[in-house]
Amino acid sequence: MSAKLIQGSTGAWEIVVGLEVHCQVLSKAKLFSGAATEFGAEPNSQVSYVDAAMPGMLPVINRTCVEQAVRTGLGLKAKVNLTSVFDRKNYFYPDLPAGYQISQYKNPIVGEGEVFIDLAGGESARVGIERLHMEQDAGKSLHDQDPDHSYVDLNRAGVCLMEIVSRPDMRSSEEAAAFLKKLRAIVRYLGTCDGNMDEGSMRADVNVSVRKPGAPLGTRCEIKNVNSMRFIAQAIEFEARRQVDVLESGGSIKQETRLFDAKAGETRPMRSKEEAHDYRYFPDPDLLPLVLEQAWVDAIAASLPELPDEKRARFIKMGLSAYDATVLVAEKEAADYFEAMLAAGAEGKAAANWLNNEYFGRLNKAGLAIADGPVSANANSAIVQMVSEGVISGKTAKDVLDVVWSEGGDPRAVVESRGLTQVTDTGAIEQAVDAVIAANPDKVAAAKSKPTLAGWFVGQVMKATGGKANPASVNAMVKARLGLPDEG
Amino acid sequence: MSDPTDFTLAEARDAVAAKKISSRELTAAFIKAMEAARPLNAYITETPERALEMAAASDARLAKGAARPLEGLPLGIKDLYCTKGVRTTAGSNILSNFVPPYESTVTQNLWDAGAVLLGKTNLDEFAMGSSTETSHFGPTVSPWRAKNSNAKLVPGGSSGGSATAVSANLCLAATGTDTGGSIRQPAALTGSVGIKPTYGRCSRWGIVAFASSLDQAGPMTRTVRDAAILLKAMAGADPKDSTSVDTPVPDYEAGLELGVKGLRIGIPKEYRVEGAPPEIDALWSKAAEWLRGEGAEIVEVSLPHTKHALPTYYIVAPAEASSNLARYDGVRYGRRADGVSELIDLYERSRAEGFGAEVRRRIMIGTYVLSAGYYDAYYARAQKVRSLILRDFTRAFEKCDVLLTPATPGPAFAFGANSDDPVAMYLNDVFTVTVNLAGLPGLVVPGGLSAEGLPLGLQLIGKAFDEATVLRVGRAVESAANFTAKPQPWWRAP
Repeated sequence: MSAKLIQGSTGAWEIVVGLEVHCQVLSKAKLFSGAATEFGAEPNSQVSYVDAAMPGMLPVINRTCVEQAVRTGLGLKAKVNLTSVFDRKNYFYPDLPAGYQISQYKNPIVGEGEVFIDLAGGESARVGIERLHMEQDAGKSLHDQDPDHSYVDLNRAGVCLMEIVSRPDMRSSEEAAAFLKKLRAIVRYLGTCDGNMDEGSMRADVNVSVRKPGAPLGTRCEIKNVNSMRFIAQAIEFEARRQVDVLESGGSIKQETRLFDAKAGETRPMRSKEEAHDYRYFPDPDLLPLVLEQAWVDAIAASLPELPDEKRARFIKMGLSAYDATVLVAEKEAADYFEAMLAAGAEGKAAANWLNNEYFGRLNKAGLAIADGPVSANANSAIVQMVSEGVISGKTAKDVLDVVWSEGGDPRAVVESRGLTQVTDTGAIEQAVDAVIAANPDKVAAAKSKPTLAGWFVGQVMKATGGKANPASVNAMVKARLGLPDEG
Repeated sequence: MSDPTDFTLAEARDAVAAKKISSRELTAAFIKAMEAARPLNAYITETPERALEMAAASDARLAKGAARPLEGLPLGIKDLYCTKGVRTTAGSNILSNFVPPYESTVTQNLWDAGAVLLGKTNLDEFAMGSSTETSHFGPTVSPWRAKNSNAKLVPGGSSGGSATAVSANLCLAATGTDTGGSIRQPAALTGSVGIKPTYGRCSRWGIVAFASSLDQAGPMTRTVRDAAILLKAMAGADPKDSTSVDTPVPDYEAGLELGVKGLRIGIPKEYRVEGAPPEIDALWSKAAEWLRGEGAEIVEVSLPHTKHALPTYYIVAPAEASSNLARYDGVRYGRRADGVSELIDLYERSRAEGFGAEVRRRIMIGTYVLSAGYYDAYYARAQKVRSLILRDFTRAFEKCDVLLTPATPGPAFAFGANSDDPVAMYLNDVFTVTVNLAGLPGLVVPGGLSAEGLPLGLQLIGKAFDEATVLRVGRAVESAANFTAKPQPWWRAP
């Protein structure tokens, strides 16, 4: 991987990053109870007796959650362990009703896998996955509801999380962000997590260390509470610089857990009380080891959707540039939209250009998600096809999009009713070309030695025809009239 | 008619079905007996109104000819089973105000079979103890007294309230739970019958957990037949308990009288412990002779890891307990310490005030053995020994069908006799813990009286899910022993 080094007073240092990402599993019910998991419900309205750890309550595993974890493991090209074990992680906290979290410690459901991240310049790099395990989420302590009391909302308590642990394979904050982005795309393609960082359904702890290039791994610090892509980059940058400063001033790095303070843009150590946990892990005696059948895993494998990397390869094969393909597959909705355009008849490269250069830009500017955009894939497909067919020019296409964007309607009908059909009548184009040439004898002379001036003539002709002339025809005709070779 | 509280469960069932007595009459007789027996402190909570309502409903069903297997039969329920709308304390101060909004699966099974709830019986706090002396609600007194003595004796534990209620005729039968001997030891000490079924036979859902991998619900009764009847009603797979096992529950009562002819009865030589009173060994030998006389073959077997069972148990059980009891933190339900303003204070004081000394001791032991650096030496090693103990049994059962052992190392002891020495108290379970560690069924039946006139029990251990054979052999021992002694009702006002 291409390392981004940071310069210290003693030379260059390499940043080493590993991530532990918590993904909330998409399922209607919690990991060990039948309570609902919907976000934003009234506090404590989605709490079963099991979630509240009432006396005598027992966990029963939710098959859907297991299936989602297996699906995710397969999407990470990882080994699925047919036998895994749930352990209890013991600690006291008011939002942890049982006094222990049911998690997987020594025997996780998913072992080693890999993710390929997309870097600037179309490069791609491999990040190893160490493991994926299932565990319960905790509830939420609310400290801002009352001056004298803290409240606890247990709606989230017991919701299924997948903790995905990467190898320390990343060498910069950009790579860490790219990893998280790719991981998010994969789980969203798989439908196993909605990847919504704002709602906390995807959260990351970041392990950072620094070393001289080629040296063994340094001591790492774990940074918690980093809940956006931007903060992850900031936290890594800050932490790596801090560690370099400590080391260069003769100090050593203490392995510790640090909190990221988004306001101050810095990391600081957690109070020792907060981290001095001996979790006393042991296998949960209420649950038997989780044993999966290979045939069941195989059936899930057979039902996996096309994932971003495969889709990207297919798009490139279809003629898209690596850049266009990468952009389109990054968001599942973008890729789906693109494929809907193809299904409606548009050609791949043209549709990709149109989306990446035109339509998605407008959505961005308007702050709209793809799903909320005003123009359907069918409509955009029709516009792109009319350009390919030569019915309208690229410029007219943008005007048509304007109309459909603000007024709706069928693009072909819009072109028809507003007379936007491109002029392909050679007679009319010839007239316009001749007029421009006749009016600009000096430019005609200059064009003999500077053939690129042809473009200026084309522009003039397009202007004169109100953009309705077919640019290819105009180009060919201008070159012929100027006596320049037509290179297509 | 004689006193209806003298009925066995089977006799009462037949009398009620034959309309010789109504459930209301039967229930009222027990309510009266319970009132008279308050000095024994067998019940933490009595539920006479509910009992009479349930009895009336049963009488209505009986009148319609729609009787269920336990229709109208009044039971005591160990106060470890959550009962909807009826306070459930686990014998602890920390749950002294807890009223569950749900019913345990096993008790629901009993109500669905027509049984009547008389009340919740006393127990050692969180079932941790062998004498019912650790209950926050005071100790239960055994109805039994030694010859020529007025000294109070313990009924054993932790299901001492149930054992006392059964033995003193304060219910027809009762439920217990058994983690290391908590059904069988008090049954032995009170001349009662008790069976700890195979782990997974009865649902644990809704029973306050002590040590999840060892806890099992089971019946405590006056006869083996009654145990067979009650177990059938309690048992069954439960989708709410992942460790319950989906295997058919046979009609245990139907096979009771098949006899022991041709069965091989194993005598594990390691159960002959040094220092045990000779009458324990003598009774054990006598029981083997009874069975031989009935046509069984007596074979000596070896369970070589028996001596490691007690230490193994006292690592595994406290470890699980330390985690299971973490939920009692004063935050959501149960008792919360007054006047605290800091979180850590709330935990420390609620738990220090809410738990008694024995529970605190076991939480400390359990926390210690699971701690980083100690886990491998204690908990992990104990689990390995546990699998060796199970292997011992598996090998022994290649040579025999049922094992015969003593139930306890001695008869009931005096109040406070073992209170200062936890290890001496723990030794009470020396013959019973192996069965929990191996997950097997174990039945205790009364075998005779000690020289002091106190009951002594015998234990029969069977293969997993073979309660039927265990009960059948137990019935033969019961029949041969012909144990008819009953405690004198000294607790009743003269």
